[in-house]
Amino acid sequence: MGLVLLVIIWLITLVSTYFFVAKTWWLPVGASAAAAGIDHHFATTYLLMGVVFVAAQFTLGYFAWRYRDGDSSLPARYSHGNNTLEIVWTVLTFILFVGLNLMSSSIWASERFRPAEPGAVQVEVTGMQFAWYFRYPGPDGKFGTTKPELIDASAGGEAAIGLDTREAASKDDVVTGTMYVPVDREVEVILRAQDVIHSFFVPAMRFKQDAVPGLAIHMHFTPISIGDYEIACAELCGLGHYKMHGMLKVVSQEEFDRWLAAREAEKQ
Amino acid sequence: MSTPEFAAHESHAHAAPQGFIRKWVFSLDHKVIGLQYYFLALTAVFVGMFLSLLMRIHLIWPSVALPLIGEIRPETYLSLLTMHGTIMVFFVLTTAPQGGFGNYFLPIQIGAADMAFPVLNMLSFWVTFLAYLVMLAAFFVTGGAPLHGWTGYPPLSALPSAGPGEGLGADLWVISIALFCIGALMSALNFITTTLDMRCKGLSLMRMPLTCWAWFITAILGLLAFGVLFSAGILLLADRNMGTSFFVPLVTVNGQLAAHKGGSPLLWQHLFWFFGHPEVYIAILPAMGLCSQLVSVFSRKPIFGYKAMVYAILSIGLLGFMVWGHHMFMSGMSPYTAFAFSLMTMAIGVPSAIKTFNWLGTLWGGRIRFSSPMLFAIGFVSMFVSGGISGPFLAQPVLDIPLHDTYFVTGHFHLIMGVASIFGIFAATYYWFPKMFGRMMNESLARWHFWFTFIGTYAIFMPMHYLGMAGHPRRYSQLTELNYLHGLVPLQKFITYAAFVTIASQFIFLFNLFWSMKGGKKASDNPWEATTLEWTTATPPPHDNFGGHTPVVYNGPYEYSVPGALRDYVMQTDPTTVAAH
Repeated sequence: MGLVLLVIIWLITLVSTYFFVAKTWWLPVGASAAAAGIDHHFATTYLLMGVVFVAAQFTLGYFAWRYRDGDSSLPARYSHGNNTLEIVWTVLTFILFVGLNLMSSSIWASERFRPAEPGAVQVEVTGMQFAWYFRYPGPDGKFGTTKPELIDASAGGEAAIGLDTREAASKDDVVTGTMYVPVDREVEVILRAQDVIHSFFVPAMRFKQDAVPGLAIHMHFTPISIGDYEIACAELCGLGHYKMHGMLKVVSQEEFDRWLAAREAEKQ
Repeated sequence: MSTPEFAAHESHAHAAPQGFIRKWVFSLDHKVIGLQYYFLALTAVFVGMFLSLLMRIHLIWPSVALPLIGEIRPETYLSLLTMHGTIMVFFVLTTAPQGGFGNYFLPIQIGAADMAFPVLNMLSFWVTFLAYLVMLAAFFVTGGAPLHGWTGYPPLSALPSAGPGEGLGADLWVISIALFCIGALMSALNFITTTLDMRCKGLSLMRMPLTCWAWFITAILGLLAFGVLFSAGILLLADRNMGTSFFVPLVTVNGQLAAHKGGSPLLWQHLFWFFGHPEVYIAILPAMGLCSQLVSVFSRKPIFGYKAMVYAILSIGLLGFMVWGHHMFMSGMSPYTAFAFSLMTMAIGVPSAIKTFNWLGTLWGGRIRFSSPMLFAIGFVSMFVSGGISGPFLAQPVLDIPLHDTYFVTGHFHLIMGVASIFGIFAATYYWFPKMFGRMMNESLARWHFWFTFIGTYAIFMPMHYLGMAGHPRRYSQLTELNYLHGLVPLQKFITYAAFVTIASQFIFLFNLFWSMKGGKKASDNPWEATTLEWTTATPPPHDNFGGHTPVVYNGPYEYSVPGALRDYVMQTDPTTVAAH
């Protein structure tokens, strides 16, 4: 029985580890400035935890076999433990865990402690059952007021987010269902939710943040490669949660300017 | 003249009831109440498992029509996952290890005749039973069961217009949880008082089996955590039915302006997780205590580092209340607090690791007997390592950015909180069945059950980590909408097939359990040659546990292979005191 346990535990460990090491399934290719740092820290944590995982499982399997009860087994050792060992593994684990935490804190700080740089492209993202809307402030750089009583989701566009179109600052606001941003420029995202909590998740950008009704959450990220990236909702928001998706199009600055100008022109 | 202590003890030694109702239904006997909790959890675990089976079927065959149930719609899928999570967490993982085995064996292991408050004990079970009925009723009302997930985040859970099931079904869900909290609070008071006041002569705290330590600390966690959840539940009920706005700001749902303003959705999350994280330890601590016990019994060795184990349980209990924010790194709470919560969460990993080292240390140099309880105890250690190792990923807010609310989390907490705890429940069942029913369970069936469950649960939950790394969000009823999920469908299929096999193999356990009650081999009073007090009394134990006398304890709980002793174990009640080590 000891041998069977050893074989099964070792096999499970090896097979699980194989798929991690072979990266058969892995984080999607990163396309934002923060992705490299996050992925690197993921890999570091992964390596250290992987070693602990394999070592602990192998030891468990080995001990099960080595110390099995049999005719030739030695009597069990009468020992209540070893204080030195307790201290050693407590301190080592503490250093490993807290060390990992400290290593990652600077990435977290640069992602979340500082506000977006001046000159970042501003996009307001509004989540509602079950769609994402994106709003750009237009040439005046100001978002017009939205009012809950003006919301008409069935009309889509500006009406879906309840934009007060009579206001001056609203005149040049652009509301779309697809998110366009220029490459290599920081994007300031202002997250809102209209009904329930949603979560704006762009796997390739290593970006995730809940959108909470009643709050306007300011976040930022910098896309570094041109392409189309899927947006998902990562917070259970109701029966259509699975289909609440959108598309982020990262384009060149020129193409972004052209696209925005065309949307402005459509409004006139 | 009797001393106050003597009087206190006498009051618990109530006479054995005669009628069926007082003996088996409204019983005051902690052993009967323990069994009632256990069988409640047993029905709940099969309901919860059946719901998960429907979910797995729906995920890979979204449009298949099932007999009697028909086609599972997206909202039905969400109701299934809500009820699966709620039933498993509350009525299985909280109920069986503490209410079931804790009730049955805490008094016996500390040499008491019953719990401190037998009537309160009976009440706590029946309130829990009522909570269970109310929870199940949610399936049968108009609109069906709620779809807001077991975490019930408002505004989704607060507004009947937010989705199907958010009407009466959601009200029943909240009421059931509030009732459950009342039952759990009464039970916690009872466990704490019993442990502190009713230990027999010689059983100092540091001579208690680690099972008793675990039940004791779990009860303290329950006392502090369920009170908060109860309050949160009442506030949510008020938001839903009385027009208050604790958790709901100004929102427009389905084109209608809801009649709320100024509430904070994050307030619920703080209250919920202030309960929710200690709840994880409420589920796992009894299993940790039990596996410490079993690893020592079946390795025929004293537990490695008894004091370290006690301090680890205590620090897990303390730190468990300082880490709730790690569920909320992406919620919109201040990013500065994330730093503190992350640090505390990494710190709580240390006592968990200490426990693992000590289990390995106990095996080291032992003489291991692979009886079925020990197989499940070793399985527990393996699962605990595998589920624990992903903790330091999720504890770091930076890594939560890609991983939060993906299948990585689902894999993590199922392994550590679900499967590891369930392995604890299985181990406890195989270990204590002879004491509870006077017969042994069938060992071959138990082994088959172990191998299917051990390999099967790994096959189900390990691939979920891969899904999560690839960015697969949780709680998606269909995999058709996001393009990047299409490539992950084969993995989802594999998980469903593994679930079929694993679920089917649970019927081996069910058969063994009921068949052995009548057909099992007669058990002796101490079939495992263990040292703690439950093995000194008759099998099954008499109504007052020790047949008219009160045991006196001379030794620690883990005196195995003592040099010079007659047998390879020294009972806690053997007067030949083992020299302090």
